[in-house]
Amino acid sequence: MMFEANNHFALLGLPVQFEIDTDTLQSNYRKIQSEVHPDKFVTASPAERLQSMQSATLANEAFQTLKHPTSRARYLLQLQGIETLEDSNTAMPADFLMMQMEWREAMEDAQLAKDITALEHLLSTMKNEAKAMQTVLANAIVNDPNTAAQIVRKLSFIDKVSADVQHIISRLED
Amino acid sequence: MAYSDKVLDHYENPRNVGSLDKNASNVGTGMVGAPACGDVMKLQIQVNDAGIIEDAKFKTYGCGSAIASSSLVTEWLKGKTLDQAAEIKNSAIAEELALPPVKIHCSVLAEDAIKAAVADLKSKQVGSKEAA
Repeated sequence: MMFEANNHFALLGLPVQFEIDTDTLQSNYRKIQSEVHPDKFVTASPAERLQSMQSATLANEAFQTLKHPTSRARYLLQLQGIETLEDSNTAMPADFLMMQMEWREAMEDAQLAKDITALEHLLSTMKNEAKAMQTVLANAIVNDPNTAAQIVRKLSFIDKVSADVQHIISRLED
Repeated sequence: MAYSDKVLDHYENPRNVGSLDKNASNVGTGMVGAPACGDVMKLQIQVNDAGIIEDAKFKTYGCGSAIASSSLVTEWLKGKTLDQAAEIKNSAIAEELALPPVKIHCSVLAEDAIKAAVADLKSKQVGSKEAA
């Protein structure tokens, strides 16, 4: 598999692969951010200041992309020239969409009943489902990119419902 | 975001929400989803013996534009043949509802749902002819 040398992984000192060490990601990111922090460039030339700001922005974008498994997988596929088409590919497996409907219904019911326990249960169900998908992603990205793209689309759904459920929980807890 | 009056109307008074018997031989079911926004849409059509769509129902989880798009097409579908139904374009839906560019994908979802429902029904009809 050929990747271009200049990418988010290289910038943050990580191997180009799905499984990454998140501690290394964090510490390498912090190292770069402290090196290019604007405070260090107060007396520098405008060109240097601009350069440091651009580096900080790039590092931030790289960190945000690699931090989350779904965007990390999407990025790895993009490096291989494969787009995950989350805007235009609406043909998901029917059983998966059925599950999405059921989750949404469970979410609405629990929201109406103000049942935080049920919402947390739903959240953990979705987390397990996402974890199961993530375990096959590493292999699929390398050996079966089209399947990997489909998994990324599924994970996008799960991320969205999870965020919605979390939002409801935090509002109910207020 | 400001919704158009037509979107609000369909959102507040959605037409034809519900389900038809997905196992019936004259009912076609289309399920589609948009990964980018997490919307899920189920659209069902029921045809009479003359092949005309006599009923349409939907169930959509998503934003106001997605709900309005599916509600609108259930109204449009009634009285159409399957071929006429398959000709409904997302641009017509977007225009009728005055959807802003960021919500065009909701109308795409509705068009894809119609196509999926028509394809499901056609595959059932082919199957029943072969069985006969």
